[in-house]
Amino acid sequence: MSGYRLDDGGLINRDNPLTFTFDGKEYTGFEGDSLASALIANGVDVVGRGFKYHRPRGVMSAGVEEGGALLTVGGGRFREPNTKAPVQPLFGGLVATAQNAWPSVQMDVGRINDVMKRFLAAGFYYKTFFGVRGGTKDWMLFEKIIRKAAGMGRASREPDPDSYETAHAACDVLVVGSGPAGLAAAKAASDAGKDVILAEQDFVLGGSYLSRPGGIDEAVGAIDALRIAGVTIMPRTCVFGLYDSGVAGLIEQVSDDPGLHGVRQRTWIVRPREIVLATGAIEQPLAFGNNDRPGVMQAGAVRTYLNRYAVAPGKRAVVATTNDSAYAVAADLVAAGVGVTLIDAREIGPDAPDGVKVMRGMVPIRTKGNYVLKGVEIGTLDDEGYAAAHDTLDCDLLAVSGGWTPAVHLTSHRGPKPVWNDTIHGFLAGTTNEAIRTCGAAAGVYDHDGCIASGEAVAQGEAGPQPEEGANPAMPLYEVKSRGKKLKCFIDPQHDVTTDDVRLAEREGFVSIEHNKRYTTLGMATDQGKVGNVIGIAIMADASGRTISETGTTTFRPPYSPISIGALAGRGTYMHFRPVRRTPLHDWNLAQGAVMTDAGLWKRPWYFPTDGESMDDAYIREMKAVRSTVGLCDVSTLGKIMVQGPDAGEFLNRVYVNGFGKLAIGKARYGVMLRDDGIVYDDGTVWRMSETDFLMTTTTANAAGVMAKLEEFLQTRWPDLKVQLTSVSDQWAGIAVAGPKCREVLQAVTTECDLSDEAFPFMGIREARIAEADVWIARISFSGERAFEVYVRGGSANAVMDALWDTARPIGGVLYGTEALGALRIEKGHVAGSELDGRTSLDDLGLGGMASSKKAFIGKAMSEREGMRDPDRLQLVGIAPVDSDKRLRAGALLDSRSDMVDQGEGFITAVTDSPDLGHWIGLALVKGGLKRWEGKEMISFDPARDGNTAVRVMSPHFFDPKGERMHG
Amino acid sequence: MIRITCPFCGERDHSEFSYGGDATVEYPALDASVGEWNEAVYKRSNPRGPHKEYWHHLNGCRSWLIVERDTLTHEVGKVEFAHPGLRAAVEKTA
Amino acid sequence: MSKYSVWSVLREGLRGQTGWDRAWRDPEPKPEYDVVIVGGGGHGLATAYYLAKNHGITNVAVVEKGWLGGGNTGRNTTIVRSNYVQPVSAQFYEHSVQLWENLSHDLNYNVMFSQRGQLGLFHTPAARDAQAKRVNTMLACGIDAELLDREQVQAMVPHLDYSINARFPIIGAILQKRAGTARHDAVAWGFARAADKLGVDILQQTEVKSILREGGKAVGVETSRGTIRAKKVGVAVAGSTGHVMAMAGIERLPIESHKLQAFVSEPLKPLLDYVVSYGAPGSHFYISQSDKGGMVFGGDLDFYNSYAQRGNLPIVQDVAECAMAIMPCLGRVKLLRHWAGIMDMSMDGTHIMSKTPVDHLYMNAGWCYGGFKATPASGWHFADLIANDRPDDLTAAFSLDRFERGYTIDEKGMGPTPKLH
Repeated sequence: MSGYRLDDGGLINRDNPLTFTFDGKEYTGFEGDSLASALIANGVDVVGRGFKYHRPRGVMSAGVEEGGALLTVGGGRFREPNTKAPVQPLFGGLVATAQNAWPSVQMDVGRINDVMKRFLAAGFYYKTFFGVRGGTKDWMLFEKIIRKAAGMGRASREPDPDSYETAHAACDVLVVGSGPAGLAAAKAASDAGKDVILAEQDFVLGGSYLSRPGGIDEAVGAIDALRIAGVTIMPRTCVFGLYDSGVAGLIEQVSDDPGLHGVRQRTWIVRPREIVLATGAIEQPLAFGNNDRPGVMQAGAVRTYLNRYAVAPGKRAVVATTNDSAYAVAADLVAAGVGVTLIDAREIGPDAPDGVKVMRGMVPIRTKGNYVLKGVEIGTLDDEGYAAAHDTLDCDLLAVSGGWTPAVHLTSHRGPKPVWNDTIHGFLAGTTNEAIRTCGAAAGVYDHDGCIASGEAVAQGEAGPQPEEGANPAMPLYEVKSRGKKLKCFIDPQHDVTTDDVRLAEREGFVSIEHNKRYTTLGMATDQGKVGNVIGIAIMADASGRTISETGTTTFRPPYSPISIGALAGRGTYMHFRPVRRTPLHDWNLAQGAVMTDAGLWKRPWYFPTDGESMDDAYIREMKAVRSTVGLCDVSTLGKIMVQGPDAGEFLNRVYVNGFGKLAIGKARYGVMLRDDGIVYDDGTVWRMSETDFLMTTTTANAAGVMAKLEEFLQTRWPDLKVQLTSVSDQWAGIAVAGPKCREVLQAVTTECDLSDEAFPFMGIREARIAEADVWIARISFSGERAFEVYVRGGSANAVMDALWDTARPIGGVLYGTEALGALRIEKGHVAGSELDGRTSLDDLGLGGMASSKKAFIGKAMSEREGMRDPDRLQLVGIAPVDSDKRLRAGALLDSRSDMVDQGEGFITAVTDSPDLGHWIGLALVKGGLKRWEGKEMISFDPARDGNTAVRVMSPHFFDPKGERMHG
Repeated sequence: MIRITCPFCGERDHSEFSYGGDATVEYPALDASVGEWNEAVYKRSNPRGPHKEYWHHLNGCRSWLIVERDTLTHEVGKVEFAHPGLRAAVEKTA
Repeated sequence: MSKYSVWSVLREGLRGQTGWDRAWRDPEPKPEYDVVIVGGGGHGLATAYYLAKNHGITNVAVVEKGWLGGGNTGRNTTIVRSNYVQPVSAQFYEHSVQLWENLSHDLNYNVMFSQRGQLGLFHTPAARDAQAKRVNTMLACGIDAELLDREQVQAMVPHLDYSINARFPIIGAILQKRAGTARHDAVAWGFARAADKLGVDILQQTEVKSILREGGKAVGVETSRGTIRAKKVGVAVAGSTGHVMAMAGIERLPIESHKLQAFVSEPLKPLLDYVVSYGAPGSHFYISQSDKGGMVFGGDLDFYNSYAQRGNLPIVQDVAECAMAIMPCLGRVKLLRHWAGIMDMSMDGTHIMSKTPVDHLYMNAGWCYGGFKATPASGWHFADLIANDRPDDLTAAFSLDRFERGYTIDEKGMGPTPKLH
């Protein structure tokens, strides 16, 4: 191809030349150019290599259907592979490189595949490459080579440096496409008083206006009218998918070079009442010999390059057509000074445009040339549809029109299969009862005035003009068959799918169009079959003796054209990937040197190292201090739910396995709740503040889930209960004050509340004031020590914590984190998340005695099932190493033998080094539990880390089993 | 995006809600038999087509709603409060 | 039928690909078969193949409403692994991996099982212990598994996000080297071709309208192509299980149909050599690269009952966020297509392979996320169940009555809420 810039015309700014590089070589284009138009203007003909055979590829189209000019734009962290050159606006400093070629597009060694092409038919890889040895080794050797040869662009391995965001909008009408139909539809809808958004994927509005001589001026008028009418106009915004309830996904290209603070792309989620699709039609190629050679282009694209970009893609052109649309292309080529011969497959057709030589009844048989197009052999079709050579025409541009097919992808996203239409020889959108309508070329109305009328009518809810055959009906040709030497006739130039591939697949029984697509990969390239689908289906139909309608089509999937993953992620990246939940004491903890850990979405203090302590040293020190003096711990993450109302007690009775109706005011009680299936769901304490007011605490992990479940019970199962629920998890902070000196610390800061055993017994709750803040204090203990938990509004948490810490620190108190918290509970044999694993029952956890026999509760019935009572169930036990120097590991399996097979007898759920006992201890779930194993030895099996360790099974209540410390 | 018209909050994205499963399941009394509970806890008719189901307006008014939705097309029909008292109140004001 | 090999490919290359037979026949239905399998997906076809191969039962028809492999077989993200934490599941899936390892040879069809290894990332100390338990369980079951620390993971895949900006830092991973990916369509086609070769009739475009019963026994199916009698009927229809079982009067099952989306990017030169999954709190994501170069990935269900094979935006966005969280270099990589499959989500997250209340009617369903990787073992054991009318040792635990008996197999511990498994 020998493209060049025309002297005048085009929607380009010749006063603003832009410099760019392609494969390291510098070129100049103009503002308004696409990367493709600038490359053609500079005479660049080969821009890439085919996927499979590595044949040279040039620019083939002027839109998102591009199958040849897929380039990598940008370098380093900015490299974006597989950019379609026709839709990439040129900008100064743009760096483009060719793909899938080594060492260069001119000299690609992958071309060897083209020589081997006779062996590389559709599906050949299913028939070989697995080797003769058993196993997968041989295939994986081949796979390495295949992977390297396949793929297209090379992605960066560095993080994408740019920013993306998500935005939301609503409107009455979303119009997709800004060609004649789209502009007319937007105007009509706006005139009817509707709030309209008009989205256009191109960087210039106007659609097919831009390809017509003088069309640019016509478009400007129509667009201005929309601006005045207040239509929201969104250029460079691709409607990539239509989803349920008519919600549309859009991606707006905000900037090609956003810099540090800008946004590259924005995802829009638009909720329109109605959608009008004016998405146009896509010109179809013809299958003939070597029709992939650089220099072969869609006829309509040639027109776009001439009129919109003032670029002539060649000096001597042949236009090959099956319909009237290409005559205008020929006329425009002549006007641009390019010599043209038009060959029309039909005997009919419009009059020859001035200066155009028209040859009727003539089809292209094969292209000539070595590397790029030098000529085309043409001929006539016999009665059986085979071509006989007639002549060879010299040319460097072959503009092909095999007819048009509407862009019905967006409707297809909603489910309706496209329907074949014999008038236009293309697929129309299937019918839908959703508020989605199609107009213009997308509805098969191809003439310019008809498109405008169609847009206007459809926007007003009328049918408007319908597809027509016209004076010279198009010829449904699809393929030029030849009796001569077999040549590759490409259907899908991106995936290198040929007519032979489709026919072979059909012979092998892949007769369903879905099978054919998957076997040949037709339509699975980055254009999703925009170019090849129709002729592929037509050839399939021909091969199987069915009509196109009977053959059907595959389903178009979102996105309409490829969209970046970064844009879809929007701002939900890095630290914003998931919300970070911080307690009211977060900063306070950090100021005290807390090392934080992730607990679900929460950040919690893990341990508080002093003087560069290791975690192990820190948590052991924290534990010792809690056991000997006092420790403070932020427990704000616990779920806290107010349960209020006359039936609150009854409600809690149903939800928990144990009874709450008779809980005294001013007292708290530990409770366990089950799922419907009888498995333990959650535990916590419930405090009774008054006859009708309870505060329920839940585990951190289940705070939200329990709340939702309680709401479900009240609103769906037991609507007769008068209970109000309010989550106060985020409103209230909680501080555990644990250890023998807890009373001393607390009494110093809350003088008016008597904390003596008599006035404030174990499981008591009291209102009090600390640091001028109202607090609730409960005498409850997770650590096994005498302990209180103080609950305070989040805003006062720092003041209360300050007051407590000022008192605790001088007497040797500590702050402790989740590691010590967990270790203390293991010493006590209290169950937590690792035992409440969604598979354990009350009995499994040794909590069977809690279940009330006087009332029914959630999960009770299902607890009676045979499997829930099986003596082989995994049950809670304590373990310690036989050799007290050995450490234990959570996640180790347990068995009676060291050569364990299958699953063993159980596993270790949680472990800690116990400073009180002087050795490691652990909790475990073991088949048969204590009844079967108490006092016996087992082997801890941990090949993942430490190997085998002998352990002894014992009661899980290692420390102060009678609970004297917390009561005393 | 499925749009659900919450009787309290108005039309919202389904991402504001949490799906609550088949609303035709009737949970038996707490002291009912294992057999009855087994039906409620585990057995679903799982229809392809119209489905009555719960949605919890988790990031809205926290109402549990009964939504009629087609599982094949996702088309949403009637939406009402699950709580019969709230349903009655809506009917009264209507 | 011609055997596939490098020689046949060369021979046909030289003679213009004219000598290939149909991969499988397109027979007319016979009036009666020994066994009719409802469902021409991977599981149904594998069942037919193993009925013929392992049990010598060749008078078998596979009845498919649409086209072979048109359901989840051709819609999944192609991951094959056996890193399950419930021992019965680990053992079952391990048998499947072993069958996968020789499947191309067995079927004389390249299913492209690539044992490239799967890395399951973890992000908290508690998760490390949970993954250690998984490794230990797998090793105890004779399955390969390793626990890797952060540095080892970084050496294998340097371009994941190890930065301090990561919301959930990677602290290590579980590696199953024998895990990997396969070419999904090829599995259906390979089983179909191999079963056909052994005499199985594959009946496409044949919709089952009802299941014929006489005296409490299944005796055949009424189809869009007429009545087909059978001594035994096996149902392997994934998301349509409720629909088909209702034809036999079994109206309610412990299964809900949900949709799971899948995603593929544009083809790229090799970017990721392993299967990587991400398990940060509240996240579920897995990614690998196909041989063609597309990044293939997926995440959570859409979380509501559905039979629509298309997804919605919230999960699309969530999955993209997960992709960026794990591989921030994917920002400029473009999504090419996303679609959805209908998952038969069971009430405990584990499949059901069982006799049913109707004699001689067998069901194979509830595969949740496991269906593709289970394909060969599912066929193997379902064939055994049908042939012998009793479950084998590896299958007994997966019975339909395990729910009412209280022997659920809850891999994730999420209880009777299918969307959470």
